[in-house]
Amino acid sequence: MTTPQIIKQGAEAKLYIGKYNEKRCLVKERFVKTYRLTEIDKTLTKARIKAEQKTTKRCENAGILVPKVYNVDFNERKVYMEYFDKAMTVKEFIVQVQKEKKLEELDMLMKRIGEVIGKFHANNIIHGDLTTSNMLINPKENDYDLIMIDFGLSSFSTSHEDKGVDLYVLERALLSTHSDLPDLFNSILKHYKDINPSTETIRKFEEVRARGRKRTMIG
Amino acid sequence: MTIAIGFEGSANKIGIGIIRDGDVLANVRETYVTPPGCGFLPKETAAHHRKQILGILKEALRVANIEPKEINVVCYTKGPGMAPPLLTVAIVARTVAQIWNKPILGVNHCIGHIEMGRLITGAKNPTVLYVSGGNTQVIAYSNKKYRIFGETIDIAVGNCLDRFARIIKISNDPSPGYNIEQLAKKGTKYIPLPYTVKGMDISFSGILSAIEKKVLPDRGNKNRRKPLPVEEEAHHEDLCYSLQETIFAMLVEITERAMAHCGSNEVLIVGGVGCNERLQEMMGLMCKERGSKLFATDEKFCIDNGVMIAHAGWEMFRSGTRMKWEDATITQRFRTDDVQVTWNVADE
Ligand SMILES: Nc1ncnc2c1ncn2[C@@H]1O[C@H](COP(=O)(O)OP(=O)(O)O)[C@@H](O)[C@H]1O
Ligand SMILES: [Mg+2]
Repeated sequence: MTTPQIIKQGAEAKLYIGKYNEKRCLVKERFVKTYRLTEIDKTLTKARIKAEQKTTKRCENAGILVPKVYNVDFNERKVYMEYFDKAMTVKEFIVQVQKEKKLEELDMLMKRIGEVIGKFHANNIIHGDLTTSNMLINPKENDYDLIMIDFGLSSFSTSHEDKGVDLYVLERALLSTHSDLPDLFNSILKHYKDINPSTETIRKFEEVRARGRKRTMIG
Repeated sequence: MTIAIGFEGSANKIGIGIIRDGDVLANVRETYVTPPGCGFLPKETAAHHRKQILGILKEALRVANIEPKEINVVCYTKGPGMAPPLLTVAIVARTVAQIWNKPILGVNHCIGHIEMGRLITGAKNPTVLYVSGGNTQVIAYSNKKYRIFGETIDIAVGNCLDRFARIIKISNDPSPGYNIEQLAKKGTKYIPLPYTVKGMDISFSGILSAIEKKVLPDRGNKNRRKPLPVEEEAHHEDLCYSLQETIFAMLVEITERAMAHCGSNEVLIVGGVGCNERLQEMMGLMCKERGSKLFATDEKFCIDNGVMIAHAGWEMFRSGTRMKWEDATITQRFRTDDVQVTWNVADE
Protein backbone atom coordinates (compact mmCIF):
# COMPACT_ATOMS: atom_id res chain seq x y z
CA MET A 1 0.00 0.00 0.00
CA THR A 2 1.34 3.43 -0.86
CA THR A 3 1.10 6.12 1.76
CA PRO A 4 -1.93 8.24 1.01
CA GLN A 5 -1.57 11.91 0.22
CA ILE A 6 -2.76 13.93 3.22
CA ILE A 7 -4.94 16.74 1.87
CA LYS A 8 -5.65 18.44 5.17
CA GLN A 9 -4.68 18.17 8.78
CA GLY A 10 -7.70 19.43 10.66
CA ALA A 11 -8.22 20.22 14.30
CA GLU A 12 -7.89 16.59 15.26
CA ALA A 13 -7.80 14.37 12.22
CA LYS A 14 -5.80 13.78 9.07
CA LEU A 15 -7.79 13.72 5.84
CA TYR A 16 -6.84 12.00 2.63
CA ILE A 17 -8.39 10.63 -0.54
CA GLY A 18 -9.23 6.95 -0.41
CA LYS A 19 -11.61 4.39 -1.74
CA TYR A 20 -14.73 2.81 -0.41
CA ASN A 21 -16.31 0.04 -2.53
CA GLU A 22 -14.20 1.17 -5.47
CA LYS A 23 -15.62 4.67 -5.09
CA ARG A 24 -13.37 7.67 -4.53
CA CYS A 25 -14.04 9.20 -1.12
CA LEU A 26 -12.57 11.20 1.69
CA VAL A 27 -11.03 9.34 4.61
CA LYS A 28 -10.96 11.15 7.94
CA GLU A 29 -8.57 9.43 10.28
CA ARG A 30 -8.50 10.33 13.94
CA PHE A 31 -4.93 9.15 14.41
CA VAL A 32 -3.58 8.18 17.85
CA LYS A 33 -2.71 11.22 19.91
CA THR A 34 0.37 10.19 21.85
CA TYR A 35 0.15 13.21 24.14
CA ARG A 36 -2.89 11.87 25.95
CA LEU A 37 -3.43 8.68 27.96
CA THR A 38 -4.46 5.68 25.89
CA GLU A 39 -7.67 5.37 27.93
CA ILE A 40 -8.64 8.97 27.22
CA ASP A 41 -7.61 8.75 23.58
CA LYS A 42 -9.60 5.58 22.90
CA THR A 43 -12.75 6.78 24.64
CA LEU A 44 -12.73 10.16 22.90
CA THR A 45 -11.98 8.76 19.47
CA LYS A 46 -14.75 6.23 19.66
CA ALA A 47 -17.28 8.75 20.95
CA ARG A 48 -16.37 11.22 18.24
CA ILE A 49 -16.59 8.77 15.38
CA LYS A 50 -20.00 7.73 16.70
CA ALA A 51 -21.09 11.36 16.97
CA GLU A 52 -19.95 12.01 13.41
CA GLN A 53 -22.03 9.10 12.17
CA LYS A 54 -25.16 9.85 14.20
CA THR A 55 -25.26 13.57 13.55
CA THR A 56 -24.81 13.01 9.84
CA LYS A 57 -28.00 10.92 9.89
CA ARG A 58 -29.89 13.49 11.95
CA CYS A 59 -28.82 16.30 9.63
CA GLU A 60 -29.93 14.33 6.58
CA ASN A 61 -33.32 13.79 8.19
CA ALA A 62 -33.57 17.49 8.96
CA GLY A 63 -32.72 18.41 5.39
CA ILE A 64 -29.31 19.90 6.23
CA LEU A 65 -26.62 19.44 3.59
CA VAL A 66 -23.72 17.31 4.90
CA PRO A 67 -21.20 14.87 3.41
CA LYS A 68 -22.64 11.35 3.18
CA VAL A 69 -20.94 8.90 5.50
CA TYR A 70 -20.23 5.65 3.65
CA ASN A 71 -18.64 3.72 6.44
CA VAL A 72 -16.90 3.97 9.78
CA ASP A 73 -14.09 1.79 11.06
CA PHE A 74 -13.54 2.02 14.80
CA ASN A 75 -10.41 -0.13 14.78
CA GLU A 76 -8.73 1.94 12.15
CA ARG A 77 -10.25 5.12 13.55
CA LYS A 78 -11.58 6.12 10.15
CA VAL A 79 -14.68 7.69 8.71
CA TYR A 80 -15.24 7.24 4.96
CA MET A 81 -17.26 10.09 3.53
CA GLU A 82 -18.30 11.99 0.49
CA TYR A 83 -15.59 14.29 -0.84
CA PHE A 84 -16.41 17.71 -2.25
CA ASP A 85 -13.35 18.30 -4.38
CA LYS A 86 -14.30 21.80 -5.51
CA ALA A 87 -15.28 23.04 -2.08
CA MET A 88 -13.54 25.64 0.03
CA THR A 89 -14.10 26.51 3.68
CA VAL A 90 -16.28 29.47 4.61
CA LYS A 91 -13.17 30.95 6.22
CA GLU A 92 -11.33 30.88 2.89
CA PHE A 93 -14.42 32.14 1.10
CA ILE A 94 -14.76 35.18 3.40
CA VAL A 95 -11.09 36.07 2.94
CA GLN A 96 -11.49 35.79 -0.82
CA VAL A 97 -14.64 37.92 -0.85
CA GLN A 98 -12.80 40.58 1.16
CA LYS A 99 -9.87 40.55 -1.27
CA GLU A 100 -12.15 40.86 -4.27
CA LYS A 101 -14.18 43.54 -2.47
CA LYS A 102 -17.47 41.72 -3.02
CA LEU A 103 -18.75 42.28 0.50
CA GLU A 104 -22.37 42.12 -0.68
CA GLU A 105 -21.83 38.35 -1.00
CA LEU A 106 -21.58 38.19 2.78
CA ASP A 107 -25.23 39.06 3.43
CA MET A 108 -26.42 36.03 1.51
CA LEU A 109 -23.85 33.82 3.22
CA MET A 110 -24.74 34.99 6.73
CA LYS A 111 -28.41 34.37 5.95
CA ARG A 112 -27.63 30.81 4.93
CA ILE A 113 -25.41 30.20 7.95
CA GLY A 114 -28.02 31.62 10.32
CA GLU A 115 -30.74 29.49 8.82
CA VAL A 116 -28.74 26.28 8.86
CA ILE A 117 -27.73 26.73 12.50
CA GLY A 118 -31.35 27.55 13.30
CA LYS A 119 -32.25 24.26 11.70
CA PHE A 120 -29.64 22.42 13.76
CA HIS A 121 -31.07 23.77 16.99
CA ALA A 122 -34.72 23.47 15.98
CA ASN A 123 -33.91 19.77 15.53
CA ASN A 124 -32.04 19.60 18.84
CA ILE A 125 -28.69 19.03 17.17
CA ILE A 126 -25.74 20.73 18.89
CA HIS A 127 -22.82 21.12 16.49
CA GLY A 128 -20.21 21.59 19.22
CA ASP A 129 -17.53 23.23 17.06
CA LEU A 130 -19.10 26.01 15.04
CA THR A 131 -16.26 27.77 13.23
CA THR A 132 -15.82 28.96 9.66
CA SER A 133 -13.38 26.07 9.13
CA ASN A 134 -16.24 23.63 9.66
CA MET A 135 -18.52 24.98 6.93
CA LEU A 136 -17.91 24.38 3.25
CA ILE A 137 -18.89 26.36 0.18
CA ASN A 138 -19.53 23.94 -2.66
CA PRO A 139 -19.86 25.85 -5.92
CA LYS A 140 -22.54 25.11 -8.47
CA GLU A 141 -23.58 27.03 -11.54
CA ASN A 142 -24.09 30.70 -10.51
CA ASP A 143 -24.60 29.60 -6.93
CA TYR A 144 -23.22 27.41 -4.17
CA ASP A 145 -24.33 25.01 -1.46
CA LEU A 146 -23.45 25.57 2.17
CA ILE A 147 -22.32 22.24 3.60
CA MET A 148 -21.83 21.66 7.31
CA ILE A 149 -19.01 19.33 8.41
CA ASP A 150 -17.03 18.03 11.39
CA PHE A 151 -19.47 16.57 13.92
CA GLY A 152 -16.92 15.03 16.28
CA LEU A 153 -18.04 17.26 19.16
CA SER A 154 -21.72 17.21 18.27
CA SER A 155 -24.54 15.93 20.41
CA PHE A 156 -28.29 15.62 20.63
CA SER A 157 -29.81 17.90 23.25
CA THR A 158 -32.97 19.85 23.94
CA SER A 159 -31.18 22.04 26.49
CA HIS A 160 -31.26 25.79 25.82
CA GLU A 161 -27.97 26.13 27.66
CA ASP A 162 -26.28 23.74 25.19
CA LYS A 163 -27.71 25.68 22.26
CA GLY A 164 -26.66 28.95 23.88
CA VAL A 165 -23.10 27.69 24.31
CA ASP A 166 -23.09 26.56 20.66
CA LEU A 167 -23.93 30.14 19.61
CA TYR A 168 -21.36 31.57 22.01
CA VAL A 169 -18.63 29.36 20.55
CA LEU A 170 -19.56 30.60 17.08
CA GLU A 171 -19.53 34.25 18.14
CA ARG A 172 -16.11 33.89 19.72
CA ALA A 173 -14.73 32.13 16.63
CA LEU A 174 -16.11 34.80 14.28
CA LEU A 175 -14.88 37.75 16.32
CA SER A 176 -11.36 36.36 16.57
CA THR A 177 -11.05 34.91 13.06
CA HIS A 178 -12.75 37.68 11.11
CA SER A 179 -11.93 40.58 13.39
CA ASP A 180 -12.22 43.11 10.59
CA LEU A 181 -15.86 42.10 10.00
CA PRO A 182 -17.39 42.59 13.45
CA ASP A 183 -21.02 42.36 12.30
CA LEU A 184 -21.03 38.82 10.97
CA PHE A 185 -22.44 37.23 14.09
CA ASN A 186 -25.32 39.67 14.51
CA SER A 187 -26.32 39.10 10.94
CA ILE A 188 -26.24 35.33 11.49
CA LEU A 189 -28.27 35.63 14.67
CA LYS A 190 -30.99 37.63 12.94
CA HIS A 191 -31.60 34.86 10.42
CA TYR A 192 -31.13 32.16 13.05
CA LYS A 193 -34.13 33.54 14.93
CA ASP A 194 -36.31 33.14 11.83
CA ILE A 195 -35.81 29.38 12.02
CA ASN A 196 -35.35 28.89 15.76
CA PRO A 197 -37.40 31.63 17.43
CA SER A 198 -36.87 30.32 20.98
CA THR A 199 -36.29 33.34 23.24
CA GLU A 200 -35.08 30.96 25.94
CA THR A 201 -32.11 29.86 23.79
CA ILE A 202 -31.16 33.49 23.17
CA ARG A 203 -31.52 34.29 26.85
CA LYS A 204 -29.17 31.41 27.72
CA PHE A 205 -26.71 32.54 25.07
CA GLU A 206 -26.66 36.03 26.55
CA GLU A 207 -26.23 34.56 30.01
CA VAL A 208 -23.21 32.49 28.95
CA ARG A 209 -21.71 35.57 27.31
CA ALA A 210 -22.32 37.74 30.38
CA ARG A 211 -20.66 35.12 32.59
CA GLY A 212 -17.52 35.48 30.48
CA ARG A 213 -17.54 39.25 30.72
CA LYS A 214 -18.08 39.25 34.48
CA ARG A 215 -15.46 36.64 35.26
CA THR A 216 -12.71 38.16 37.35
CA MET A 217 -9.33 37.13 36.12
CA ILE A 218 -7.13 36.87 39.14
CA GLY A 219 -3.63 35.44 38.83
CA MET B 1 18.59 52.69 25.08
CA THR B 2 15.45 52.49 27.19
CA ILE B 3 15.25 51.19 30.75
CA ALA B 4 11.85 50.19 32.12
CA ILE B 5 10.92 49.18 35.66
CA GLY B 6 7.82 47.03 36.17
CA PHE B 7 5.64 46.54 39.25
CA GLU B 8 3.39 43.47 39.41
CA GLY B 9 1.03 42.45 42.20
CA SER B 10 -2.30 41.45 40.68
CA ALA B 11 -2.54 38.21 42.68
CA ASN B 12 -0.46 36.56 45.41
CA LYS B 13 2.95 37.39 43.92
CA ILE B 14 4.61 40.74 44.35
CA GLY B 15 7.43 41.35 41.90
CA ILE B 16 9.57 44.14 40.54
CA GLY B 17 11.67 43.79 37.41
CA ILE B 18 14.01 46.03 35.46
CA ILE B 19 14.77 45.58 31.79
CA ARG B 20 17.04 47.39 29.34
CA ASP B 21 16.22 46.76 25.68
CA GLY B 22 15.46 43.09 26.23
CA ASP B 23 18.20 42.52 28.83
CA VAL B 24 16.79 41.51 32.20
CA LEU B 25 18.67 43.55 34.82
CA ALA B 26 16.60 42.47 37.83
CA ASN B 27 13.72 40.12 38.59
CA VAL B 28 12.83 40.09 42.30
CA ARG B 29 9.70 38.42 43.64
CA GLU B 30 7.97 37.27 46.82
CA THR B 31 4.94 34.99 47.10
CA TYR B 32 2.19 35.21 49.69
CA VAL B 33 1.81 31.58 50.77
CA THR B 34 -1.32 30.61 52.71
CA PRO B 35 -1.76 27.53 54.93
CA PRO B 36 -3.06 24.25 53.38
CA GLY B 37 -6.78 24.38 52.72
CA CYS B 38 -6.82 28.19 52.43
CA GLY B 39 -6.84 30.42 49.38
CA PHE B 40 -5.45 33.96 49.35
CA LEU B 41 -7.90 36.70 50.20
CA PRO B 42 -7.79 40.26 48.82
CA LYS B 43 -7.18 42.14 52.06
CA GLU B 44 -4.45 39.87 53.41
CA THR B 45 -2.76 39.70 50.02
CA ALA B 46 -2.66 43.49 49.81
CA ALA B 47 -1.21 43.64 53.34
CA HIS B 48 1.50 41.17 52.32
CA HIS B 49 2.41 43.22 49.25
CA ARG B 50 2.50 46.45 51.29
CA LYS B 51 4.96 44.89 53.69
CA GLN B 52 7.24 43.51 50.96
CA ILE B 53 7.20 46.07 48.20
CA LEU B 54 9.79 48.61 49.38
CA GLY B 55 12.31 45.91 50.25
CA ILE B 56 11.81 44.35 46.84
CA LEU B 57 12.23 47.73 45.15
CA LYS B 58 15.56 48.37 46.90
CA GLU B 59 16.74 44.86 46.07
CA ALA B 60 15.76 45.24 42.40
CA LEU B 61 17.66 48.52 42.07
CA ARG B 62 20.64 46.97 43.84
CA VAL B 63 20.70 43.86 41.62
CA ALA B 64 20.25 45.94 38.46
CA ASN B 65 22.98 48.25 39.70
CA ILE B 66 21.30 51.37 38.39
CA GLU B 67 20.24 54.72 39.77
CA PRO B 68 16.55 55.70 39.54
CA LYS B 69 17.53 58.58 37.26
CA GLU B 70 18.62 56.09 34.60
CA ILE B 71 15.08 54.69 34.35
CA ASN B 72 13.02 55.95 31.42
CA VAL B 73 9.55 54.67 32.30
CA VAL B 74 7.72 53.27 35.32
CA CYS B 75 5.28 50.46 34.47
CA TYR B 76 2.71 48.76 36.68
CA THR B 77 -0.09 46.21 36.27
CA LYS B 78 -3.34 48.02 35.58
CA GLY B 79 -5.34 44.77 35.59
CA PRO B 80 -6.89 42.23 35.50
CA GLY B 81 -6.61 41.02 39.06
CA MET B 82 -7.73 41.56 42.64
CA ALA B 83 -8.44 45.20 43.41
CA PRO B 84 -6.71 45.65 46.81
CA PRO B 85 -3.31 44.22 45.82
CA LEU B 86 -3.48 45.93 42.39
CA LEU B 87 -4.12 49.23 44.14
CA THR B 88 -1.29 48.77 46.64
CA VAL B 89 1.21 48.26 43.85
CA ALA B 90 -0.20 51.03 41.64
CA ILE B 91 0.12 53.54 44.47
CA VAL B 92 3.78 52.70 44.99
CA ALA B 93 4.45 52.86 41.24
CA ARG B 94 2.74 56.24 40.99
CA THR B 95 4.63 57.56 43.98
CA VAL B 96 8.08 56.59 42.71
CA ALA B 97 7.22 57.90 39.25
CA GLN B 98 6.38 61.25 40.85
CA ILE B 99 9.49 61.29 43.02
CA TRP B 100 11.77 60.28 40.16
CA ASN B 101 9.86 62.48 37.73
CA LYS B 102 9.33 59.70 35.17
CA PRO B 103 6.40 58.87 32.87
CA ILE B 104 4.04 56.10 34.02
CA LEU B 105 2.37 53.31 32.02
CA GLY B 106 -0.36 50.90 33.10
CA VAL B 107 0.10 47.47 31.54
CA ASN B 108 -2.34 44.63 30.86
CA HIS B 109 -1.15 41.63 32.87
CA CYS B 110 -1.93 39.10 30.12
CA ILE B 111 -0.07 41.14 27.50
CA GLY B 112 2.86 41.16 29.93
CA HIS B 113 2.92 37.35 29.95
CA ILE B 114 2.73 37.11 26.19
CA GLU B 115 5.42 39.69 25.41
CA MET B 116 7.76 38.27 28.05
CA GLY B 117 7.26 34.77 26.62
CA ARG B 118 8.03 36.00 23.13
CA LEU B 119 11.16 37.81 24.31
CA ILE B 120 12.58 34.85 26.24
CA THR B 121 11.79 32.15 23.68
CA GLY B 122 12.07 34.06 20.42
CA ALA B 123 8.67 32.84 19.24
CA LYS B 124 7.53 35.07 16.38
CA ASN B 125 3.80 34.80 15.86
CA PRO B 126 2.68 31.88 17.99
CA THR B 127 -0.66 30.51 19.06
CA VAL B 128 -0.51 31.36 22.76
CA LEU B 129 -1.90 29.18 25.53
CA TYR B 130 -2.26 31.42 28.56
CA VAL B 131 -2.92 29.35 31.66
CA SER B 132 -2.88 30.69 35.19
CA GLY B 133 -4.87 30.94 38.39
CA GLY B 134 -7.38 33.34 36.87
CA ASN B 135 -7.05 32.85 33.13
CA THR B 136 -7.38 30.17 30.51
CA GLN B 137 -7.19 31.55 27.01
CA VAL B 138 -6.01 30.50 23.57
CA ILE B 139 -4.76 33.63 21.86
CA ALA B 140 -3.40 34.57 18.46
CA TYR B 141 -2.35 37.92 17.06
CA SER B 142 -4.17 39.47 14.15
CA ASN B 143 -5.08 42.92 12.99
CA LYS B 144 -3.40 44.90 15.83
CA LYS B 145 -4.79 42.89 18.72
CA TYR B 146 -4.16 39.67 20.57
CA ARG B 147 -7.43 37.91 19.78
CA ILE B 148 -9.01 35.33 22.04
CA PHE B 149 -9.89 32.23 20.02
CA GLY B 150 -10.75 30.01 22.93
CA GLU B 151 -11.43 30.55 26.58
CA THR B 152 -12.82 28.86 29.65
CA ILE B 153 -16.57 29.22 29.88
CA ASP B 154 -16.52 28.86 33.66
CA ILE B 155 -13.47 28.70 35.96
CA ALA B 156 -9.78 29.02 35.09
CA VAL B 157 -7.53 25.96 34.99
CA GLY B 158 -5.34 27.24 37.83
CA ASN B 159 -8.42 27.92 39.89
CA CYS B 160 -9.56 24.34 39.31
CA LEU B 161 -6.16 23.01 40.44
CA ASP B 162 -5.98 25.35 43.46
CA ARG B 163 -9.46 24.42 44.61
CA PHE B 164 -8.69 20.74 44.31
CA ALA B 165 -5.49 21.26 46.30
CA ARG B 166 -7.57 22.91 49.02
CA ILE B 167 -10.05 20.02 49.05
CA ILE B 168 -7.31 17.47 49.67
CA LYS B 169 -5.45 19.98 51.87
CA ILE B 170 -2.05 19.87 50.24
CA SER B 171 0.55 22.57 50.80
CA ASN B 172 0.43 25.93 49.00
CA ASP B 173 4.22 26.20 49.23
CA PRO B 174 5.62 27.08 46.72
CA SER B 175 2.28 26.74 44.94
CA PRO B 176 -0.63 24.29 44.97
CA GLY B 177 -0.08 23.50 41.30
CA TYR B 178 3.53 22.52 41.90
CA ASN B 179 2.53 20.12 44.67
CA ILE B 180 -0.21 18.56 42.56
CA GLU B 181 2.40 18.02 39.86
CA GLN B 182 4.68 16.22 42.34
CA LEU B 183 1.87 13.98 43.64
CA ALA B 184 0.73 13.26 40.09
CA LYS B 185 4.18 11.88 39.28
CA LYS B 186 3.51 9.08 41.78
CA GLY B 187 0.01 8.36 40.49
CA THR B 188 -0.47 5.18 38.46
CA LYS B 189 -4.16 4.55 38.11
CA TYR B 190 -6.31 6.63 35.78
CA ILE B 191 -9.67 7.50 37.32
CA PRO B 192 -12.12 8.61 34.61
CA LEU B 193 -13.23 12.24 34.82
CA PRO B 194 -15.49 14.32 32.59
CA TYR B 195 -13.78 15.78 29.53
CA THR B 196 -15.34 18.99 28.24
CA VAL B 197 -14.22 20.93 25.20
CA LYS B 198 -16.63 23.09 23.21
CA GLY B 199 -14.93 23.98 19.96
CA MET B 200 -11.96 26.09 21.03
CA ASP B 201 -13.61 26.81 24.39
CA ILE B 202 -13.27 24.70 27.49
CA SER B 203 -15.00 24.03 30.82
CA PHE B 204 -13.59 22.88 34.18
CA SER B 205 -16.42 23.20 36.67
CA GLY B 206 -17.86 19.74 35.88
CA ILE B 207 -14.47 18.11 36.43
CA LEU B 208 -14.00 19.87 39.74
CA SER B 209 -17.32 18.72 41.14
CA ALA B 210 -16.77 15.17 39.81
CA ILE B 211 -13.35 14.85 41.43
CA GLU B 212 -14.61 16.43 44.64
CA LYS B 213 -17.10 13.59 44.93
CA LYS B 214 -14.32 11.05 44.55
CA VAL B 215 -12.45 12.57 47.49
CA LEU B 216 -15.31 12.91 49.94
CA PRO B 217 -18.09 10.44 49.26
CA ASP B 218 -20.13 11.79 52.21
CA ARG B 219 -19.66 15.43 51.34
CA GLY B 220 -23.22 16.37 52.20
CA ASN B 221 -22.82 15.31 55.85
CA LYS B 222 -20.22 17.45 57.60
CA ASN B 223 -20.31 15.47 60.87
CA ARG B 224 -19.22 12.25 59.23
CA ARG B 225 -16.37 13.99 57.46
CA LYS B 226 -13.28 12.49 59.05
CA PRO B 227 -9.61 12.67 58.05
CA LEU B 228 -8.62 10.34 55.27
CA PRO B 229 -6.71 7.22 56.31
CA VAL B 230 -3.04 7.04 55.41
CA GLU B 231 -3.53 4.36 52.76
CA GLU B 232 -5.65 6.83 50.85
CA GLU B 233 -2.56 8.85 50.10
CA ALA B 234 -2.20 6.65 47.02
CA HIS B 235 -5.73 7.55 46.07
CA HIS B 236 -4.79 11.24 46.22
CA GLU B 237 -1.83 10.60 43.96
CA ASP B 238 -4.08 8.84 41.45
CA LEU B 239 -6.56 11.70 41.60
CA CYS B 240 -3.84 14.30 40.97
CA TYR B 241 -2.54 12.22 38.09
CA SER B 242 -5.99 11.77 36.56
CA LEU B 243 -6.87 15.43 37.02
CA GLN B 244 -3.70 16.61 35.32
CA GLU B 245 -3.92 14.11 32.48
CA THR B 246 -7.52 15.09 31.77
CA ILE B 247 -7.32 18.87 31.96
CA PHE B 248 -3.98 19.07 30.17
CA ALA B 249 -5.31 16.88 27.35
CA MET B 250 -8.19 19.33 27.03
CA LEU B 251 -5.82 22.31 26.95
CA VAL B 252 -3.61 20.71 24.32
CA GLU B 253 -6.68 19.86 22.27
CA ILE B 254 -8.07 23.41 22.18
CA THR B 255 -4.62 24.75 21.37
CA GLU B 256 -4.41 22.33 18.44
CA ARG B 257 -7.91 23.36 17.30
CA ALA B 258 -6.84 27.01 17.24
CA MET B 259 -3.63 26.15 15.36
CA ALA B 260 -5.54 24.23 12.70
CA HIS B 261 -8.08 27.01 12.38
CA CYS B 262 -5.45 29.79 12.13
CA GLY B 263 -2.90 27.81 10.14
CA SER B 264 -0.25 28.43 12.79
CA ASN B 265 2.85 26.31 13.45
CA GLU B 266 4.16 27.77 16.70
CA VAL B 267 2.85 27.41 20.24
CA LEU B 268 3.85 29.53 23.21
CA ILE B 269 2.74 28.54 26.72
CA VAL B 270 2.62 31.34 29.31
CA GLY B 271 1.17 31.86 32.78
CA GLY B 272 1.79 30.10 36.08
CA VAL B 273 0.33 26.72 35.06
CA GLY B 274 2.61 26.87 32.01
CA CYS B 275 5.67 25.84 33.99
CA ASN B 276 4.11 22.42 34.63
CA GLU B 277 6.49 20.01 32.93
CA ARG B 278 3.84 17.44 32.08
CA LEU B 279 1.78 20.09 30.28
CA GLN B 280 4.88 21.16 28.36
CA GLU B 281 5.68 17.55 27.49
CA MET B 282 2.15 16.89 26.20
CA MET B 283 2.13 20.10 24.18
CA GLY B 284 5.53 19.14 22.75
CA LEU B 285 4.17 15.78 21.57
CA MET B 286 1.20 17.46 19.89
CA CYS B 287 3.51 19.92 18.16
CA LYS B 288 5.76 17.13 16.95
CA GLU B 289 2.78 15.36 15.38
CA ARG B 290 1.89 18.54 13.52
CA GLY B 291 5.44 19.47 12.56
CA SER B 292 5.16 22.57 14.73
CA LYS B 293 7.35 24.16 17.35
CA LEU B 294 6.77 24.58 21.08
CA PHE B 295 8.06 27.52 23.11
CA ALA B 296 7.86 27.57 26.88
CA THR B 297 9.63 29.21 29.79
CA ASP B 298 10.50 28.14 33.33
CA GLU B 299 9.08 29.42 36.62
CA LYS B 300 11.29 32.56 36.60
CA PHE B 301 9.22 34.04 33.78
CA CYS B 302 6.08 31.85 33.62
CA ILE B 303 4.94 32.79 37.08
CA ASP B 304 3.83 36.40 37.61
CA ASN B 305 6.83 38.72 37.80
CA GLY B 306 7.78 42.34 37.44
CA VAL B 307 9.98 41.98 34.37
CA MET B 308 7.03 40.99 32.19
CA ILE B 309 5.31 44.25 33.10
CA ALA B 310 8.53 46.18 32.51
CA HIS B 311 9.02 44.55 29.12
CA ALA B 312 5.45 44.98 27.86
CA GLY B 313 5.63 48.57 29.10
CA TRP B 314 8.94 48.97 27.28
CA GLU B 315 7.26 47.86 24.02
CA MET B 316 4.39 50.27 24.57
CA PHE B 317 6.70 53.15 25.50
CA ARG B 318 9.01 52.61 22.53
CA SER B 319 6.07 52.57 20.15
CA GLY B 320 4.85 55.92 21.46
CA THR B 321 2.19 54.99 24.01
CA ARG B 322 1.88 57.51 26.85
CA MET B 323 -0.53 57.58 29.76
CA LYS B 324 -2.04 60.62 31.45
CA TRP B 325 -1.75 60.73 35.23
CA GLU B 326 -5.48 60.64 35.66
CA ASP B 327 -5.58 57.40 33.64
CA ALA B 328 -3.03 55.66 35.84
CA THR B 329 -5.75 53.69 37.61
CA ILE B 330 -6.48 50.00 38.09
CA THR B 331 -9.26 47.73 36.86
CA GLN B 332 -10.20 44.22 38.00
CA ARG B 333 -11.46 43.28 34.55
CA PHE B 334 -9.20 44.03 31.63
CA ARG B 335 -9.42 41.66 28.69
CA THR B 336 -6.42 40.74 26.55
CA ASP B 337 -8.30 41.90 23.45
CA ASP B 338 -9.04 45.33 24.97
CA VAL B 339 -5.44 46.33 24.24
CA GLN B 340 -4.58 47.98 20.94
CA VAL B 341 -1.13 46.65 20.00
CA THR B 342 1.03 49.59 18.93
CA TRP B 343 4.33 47.72 18.59
CA ASN B 344 5.40 45.35 15.90
CA VAL B 345 4.34 41.72 16.45
CA ALA B 346 4.13 40.10 13.05
CA ASP B 347 4.50 41.21 9.47
CA GLU B 348 1.01 41.59 8.11
N1 LIG C 1 -16.31 16.19 2.89
C1 LIG C 1 -15.34 17.08 2.67
N2 LIG C 1 -15.08 17.54 1.42
C2 LIG C 1 -14.10 18.44 1.21
N3 LIG C 1 -13.29 18.93 2.17
C3 LIG C 1 -13.48 18.51 3.44
C4 LIG C 1 -14.52 17.57 3.74
N4 LIG C 1 -14.46 17.34 5.08
C5 LIG C 1 -13.46 18.09 5.56
N5 LIG C 1 -12.85 18.80 4.60
C6 LIG C 1 -11.70 19.73 4.79
O1 LIG C 1 -10.83 19.21 5.79
C7 LIG C 1 -10.76 20.07 6.92
C8 LIG C 1 -10.72 19.27 8.21
O2 LIG C 1 -11.87 18.45 8.29
P1 LIG C 1 -12.72 18.30 9.63
O3 LIG C 1 -13.80 17.32 9.40
O4 LIG C 1 -13.12 19.65 10.08
O5 LIG C 1 -11.63 17.65 10.58
P2 LIG C 1 -11.12 18.07 12.05
O6 LIG C 1 -12.07 17.44 13.00
O7 LIG C 1 -9.77 17.51 12.17
O8 LIG C 1 -11.16 19.57 12.11
C9 LIG C 1 -11.97 20.96 6.80
O9 LIG C 1 -11.77 22.22 7.44
C10 LIG C 1 -12.13 21.09 5.30
O10 LIG C 1 -11.22 22.03 4.78
MG1 LIG D 1 -12.69 20.91 11.71
